[in-house]
Amino acid sequence: MSPEVPSRVAYIDLSRRRYEFVERPDLFEEYLGGIGVAVKLLMEECPRNADPLGPENPIIFSVGPFNGLFPVASKTVSVFKSPHTKNFGESHAGGRSSMAIRLAGYGAIVIKGRSETPVYLAIHGDRVYFRDASALWGMSSTITVGRVLRELEPGSGIRTIMRIGLAGERMVSYASVCVDTFRHFGRLGLGAVFGSKKLKAVVISGKKSLKVSDPRAFREVYDEIYNLSIKSSLMKKYYELGTPMNVNPLNSIEALPVMNLKASRSDKASEISGERMARDYLGRRFSCSHCPVSCVHIAALRVPYETEPYFYKTVMISYDYEPTYALGSMLGVFDPDGLLKLLDSVEKYGLDAMSTGVALAWATEALERGLIGKDDVMGLELKFGDYKAYMKAVELLATRRNEFFSDLAEGVEHASSIYGGKEFALAFGGNEMPGYHTGPLAYAGFMTGGRHSHLDSAGYSLDQKFAKEGLPSPEEGAELLFKEEAWRQILTSLVVCLFSRKIYKPELVVKGLKVIGLDFTEDGLMELGKRILRMKNEFKLREGFSPDRLRIPRRITEVKSPNGMIDEDYLKRAVKRFYELVGLPPS
Amino acid sequence: MKRLAVLDPDRCTGCQLCMFACNRRFGGGGLSYSAIMVRSSGGVERGFVVVVCRACPDPPCAKVCPTDALVPRKGGGVMLNPNKCIGCGMCLEACPFRAIQWDEHTNKPIVCVHCGYCVDYCPHGVLGMEEWPK
Repeated sequence: MSPEVPSRVAYIDLSRRRYEFVERPDLFEEYLGGIGVAVKLLMEECPRNADPLGPENPIIFSVGPFNGLFPVASKTVSVFKSPHTKNFGESHAGGRSSMAIRLAGYGAIVIKGRSETPVYLAIHGDRVYFRDASALWGMSSTITVGRVLRELEPGSGIRTIMRIGLAGERMVSYASVCVDTFRHFGRLGLGAVFGSKKLKAVVISGKKSLKVSDPRAFREVYDEIYNLSIKSSLMKKYYELGTPMNVNPLNSIEALPVMNLKASRSDKASEISGERMARDYLGRRFSCSHCPVSCVHIAALRVPYETEPYFYKTVMISYDYEPTYALGSMLGVFDPDGLLKLLDSVEKYGLDAMSTGVALAWATEALERGLIGKDDVMGLELKFGDYKAYMKAVELLATRRNEFFSDLAEGVEHASSIYGGKEFALAFGGNEMPGYHTGPLAYAGFMTGGRHSHLDSAGYSLDQKFAKEGLPSPEEGAELLFKEEAWRQILTSLVVCLFSRKIYKPELVVKGLKVIGLDFTEDGLMELGKRILRMKNEFKLREGFSPDRLRIPRRITEVKSPNGMIDEDYLKRAVKRFYELVGLPPS
Repeated sequence: MKRLAVLDPDRCTGCQLCMFACNRRFGGGGLSYSAIMVRSSGGVERGFVVVVCRACPDPPCAKVCPTDALVPRKGGGVMLNPNKCIGCGMCLEACPFRAIQWDEHTNKPIVCVHCGYCVDYCPHGVLGMEEWPK
């Protein structure tokens, strides 16, 4: 019995409404799947200097050899040229996406071109349908779009439903793609790329089986992973309080960005902590497909109708750490009811929660300082803590209602280049910062990481470790970041959830690959990880990225972190060393 | 005898590990041989529907089978005799729970045999084995 590894790539052209399937074992043999294959496909498919919102920009989804096979291998990778950073775009999502893509028979899906009229794609097994979406275009809530598609399309239980909201239609450069329920391709603007192609949604379903070379060994490795994920304490923090369990610890060590990072702690932080939310709001938990952890925490919020007594609705709203930071502490919103309403609003419009929070925090401070006027914000009294004003601002932002909100819809890097206030515009490499003011290694990670994200190299984790024992030299720090990011290229090629990184150690990954007939050594995997990381950076350099031009907002050096005040020179040295290690020194 | 039972569907987080476990009885990954289906009840915020064979003592799926390929089991549920099955799909419609799945490769039904293999992979106590009939 020959084992199955992914190899089929679906190429879909929205302009001509044609598709073809090509077997590409070459890609998957060399790069496993997931991010490795996706970056290679991006190099092949994305022309140099492509317009991120032009028909030539490809949307690439990919999964890897562990999806559909092992537990916690629950993620899909997407890559594209980002309309937000005008450079490399990468985003991951869970839900049912990876199961549906793999079991529909695909290793990767490439979507190019641009439809003249709104369209959605339905991919059921080996059939691809181009369906009219003109009636869905302009709907005010991504949640409703999901409900409509759920009724229209087959495959309940074995499908994924990806769709954009108004923010994606209007091409807000950090619009997200909502996946199934409360999961997202967030951050670098995949939603805007969908919008530019008039692509409202993609529905995929499938339920193939996957052969293995040795069923007994497969079950043994499976059980080992399953037991580690459920019986050990490795995943405990994710399934008990969920990711918002970070709020209290980060606040107590002065690492929680508060009110556009004017401060790194707040007395009110416990009001939006994982503990508080679990006690008063937690209504349900759920899992991505094939993950026993169920980290997704959903609040049940009972809301009265103000115009009619004894009339209520109960709204279910997902809360995670990063949205809690960005729309909570960063905006001074410590009222949990208000925070949940704001989260709900961002979900409906289909915006990235992190960039939205940081953008509104910057706008609030810009208004305080008089860099922008009341007319710019259309009379809104943006004040830290006023969630009602922020809910209104979210609508104006997502629909680009005037010139100012349209500028803000391109991110704080762009807005501050017009209105000023760069020193407190908290973006790195053009991407708004995650919620970790832990020290210089987190920031070095935001600057050097492929996605300018905390998940690239986990500098925040190193910072917290070194806060106790003292920071290493910037060069040593860069080496640790580089090693971690290189290994994460392997995890995201398989594609496993990065929360399971302590389970999927190199030794176990080698064992898992053997079950499907792939012989790798731990060193071989690490070398492949470095190659993928280098290829990502080759794309970035090709599209004009320059490490020398990375901006460090002064604000981060003015607020205490667990590692004291952050030293700009340390950051610059770490960045320099990182690019030497990648093998692509600054041009 | 014992049957596979849904002890508490409200504890289900939709991880679908039971579906993958069921399929693994035949050796590999994926889902095409799974006799269990877990789906949301109209979006995950509304919870999950866990569809398993109830092990009916008087199973309607067997009654409508024109070739007697589905044979009632002692104590409840059915066994499939694939040699007799003509793939007509009448059993799918007859089950009010829609608990019979379909094997697209062989064009025959997939029925739960109440082996309980999936129970060990339900991390939240949704599934269990119980004495049957009660």
